[in-house]
Amino acid sequence: MNNLLKNVALVSVVALSLVSSAHAAGDAKHPEAQAWSFNGPLGTYDRDELRRGYKVYKEVCASCHGMKFLSFRNLSQEGGPEFSEAEVKAIAAEYLVEDGPDAYGDMFERAALPKDRFPSPFPNENAARAANGGAYPPDLSLITKARSGGPDYIYALLTGYEDPPEGVTMRPGLYYNPYMAGGAIAMSAPLFDDMVEYTDGTPATMAQLSHDVVAFLNWAAEPELEARKRSGIMVLIYLTIFAGLLYFSMRKIWADQH
Amino acid sequence: MSGESTYNPQSGFAKWLDSRLPIMRLAHDSFVDYPTPKNLNYWWTFGGILTFCLITQIVTGIILAMHYTPHIDYAFASVEHIMRDVNYGWLIRYIHSNGASMFFLAVYIHIFRGLYYGSYKAPREVLWILGVIIYILMMAAAFMGYVLPWGQMSLWGATVITNLFGAIPVVGESVAIWLWGGFSVDNATLNRFFSLHYLVPFLILGVVVLHIWALHVPGNNNPAGISVQDKKDTLPFHPYYTVKDAFGLSIFLILFSYFIFFAPNVLGHADNYIPANPLVTPAHIVPEWYLLPFYAILRAVPDKLGGVLLMFGAIFVMFLLPWLDTSKVRSGRYRPLFKQFYILFIINCLFLGYLGAQPAEGSYVIMARIATVYYFAHFLIILPVLGIVEKPKNVPQSISDSVLGGKAQPTAQPAE
Repeated sequence: MNNLLKNVALVSVVALSLVSSAHAAGDAKHPEAQAWSFNGPLGTYDRDELRRGYKVYKEVCASCHGMKFLSFRNLSQEGGPEFSEAEVKAIAAEYLVEDGPDAYGDMFERAALPKDRFPSPFPNENAARAANGGAYPPDLSLITKARSGGPDYIYALLTGYEDPPEGVTMRPGLYYNPYMAGGAIAMSAPLFDDMVEYTDGTPATMAQLSHDVVAFLNWAAEPELEARKRSGIMVLIYLTIFAGLLYFSMRKIWADQH
Repeated sequence: MSGESTYNPQSGFAKWLDSRLPIMRLAHDSFVDYPTPKNLNYWWTFGGILTFCLITQIVTGIILAMHYTPHIDYAFASVEHIMRDVNYGWLIRYIHSNGASMFFLAVYIHIFRGLYYGSYKAPREVLWILGVIIYILMMAAAFMGYVLPWGQMSLWGATVITNLFGAIPVVGESVAIWLWGGFSVDNATLNRFFSLHYLVPFLILGVVVLHIWALHVPGNNNPAGISVQDKKDTLPFHPYYTVKDAFGLSIFLILFSYFIFFAPNVLGHADNYIPANPLVTPAHIVPEWYLLPFYAILRAVPDKLGGVLLMFGAIFVMFLLPWLDTSKVRSGRYRPLFKQFYILFIINCLFLGYLGAQPAEGSYVIMARIATVYYFAHFLIILPVLGIVEKPKNVPQSISDSVLGGKAQPTAQPAE
């Protein structure tokens, strides 16, 4: 039975690795793994990076991409950029949202409050397509979870723009990016050096802007990440001790049977 | 093995209740003093693990249903509401979504344990058949559950699977429209899937009760595959197997927790975090990993109806297994040839799973055809023939002998 077990285990490992590599297959270039602060079982977000990333999102991405599953209040919650509540109020107040109907039955606009969701830049998909040459800029609330490769892929995409290879001509409105399936993407390279002014002295290179905004987007997609990993460590420690106690209880109970 | 009951009510209330509804006696005889073969290994702990999985899915599912909205315009957002706004909603949802995978992992180990030790053979045919019914219900529940978040894979997976019914001659199209409640997978489909997804686990619970009942009549099979002869072959379920099952479960929970807390989405597909869009078809539509082997069989056949029949046939052939395996020896431990084919069968199933994740084109289809033929050949040709041509090793006289490592008797003892 031992040999049998070994065989089965070996076969499973091989099969699983084949299946997982199959998921990443396709004609697109494979994104390189980045050293994210939130990687690994003890990973956490870097507050400063998330704040810089939010700035990039707000000043660049948000002109085309929505983030509709997040509320302004999320920016101050634990495990995120952790802006103060006053800062969040000020951030929200820069936006206008529709509310109502009022006592006369009319809709009205008011300054956003922390409880409000981030307003999307376009009223609907058709309006977004009309303004973007037929392409639909996806909502970014879940983008790192909604693409295979996750944050590594988004980072590779943002930094991977290059001239099309010899013999490849791009239709107007499409740009060459080897990380995109098919090689053509409707978003032009969005980030350039010093495009956003950082206030904490970090050099605002294109790579740095991309890294920061992807970290922010990963937080937007997984705001529970820090709490999740912290609980996970506690649960694993608890279970390991519990399993050990059960093991020795079992040894004792079975002692008269061997 | 359903011998004399040893339940002895102590308190006045217990005696009063026992003479009116002997439910405590039933529990005592089933889970405390139930005589269990003393040689069960860790592969036998998966029955308890599966019960745990079912209860976990039901409890987390009931909580999720309190916050979920089964409507195509709100389902995706309500899942995000659970993930972001409900207290520990992310934990409950990740337990439930990874719990489905863990449930299938455990059930596959449980099934393959039964296949190796011949747990489907007389007198346990009904027990086995009830198990296959549970497995089918599990697949139905898992499939409908995957539709509920209303992501891209939800919609397109549901479209592929419900379209299969369209392959039925004459009435196929009507059946598909009846299932959808419309002309495609839409709001009516989502609503009924939610309703059925809530129902099926309770059906499973009912069949599990029958499964345990059918287990407790002949008693457990065991690694030696020989029947219990007297009291010294068995131990009371409690404390011997309660503690062993609890230990097995705690190890299983460590794996389960790893996925929940550190890799909650690796077993799912990224596309399901994209809201469902009937106008955009994903590049590759793939089901969850636990259904991939059947998906490979489905797509191995160029004819739609043929593929559907083979896919369902791959499950239904398991109902016939007790009569297809002609060997008189239960446990694979004493069947040298069977052991080899058993390993080949596992490899073939994993290979089918791999092929199910690949696009259905070129050499993948050819390989899927070969693997499909082998899958059926294992049940329909290899197992019946093996029982006749194979010369089994000597089987120990009793469970006690096999535990104490007593030398097997020279005469082969066929299992009763």
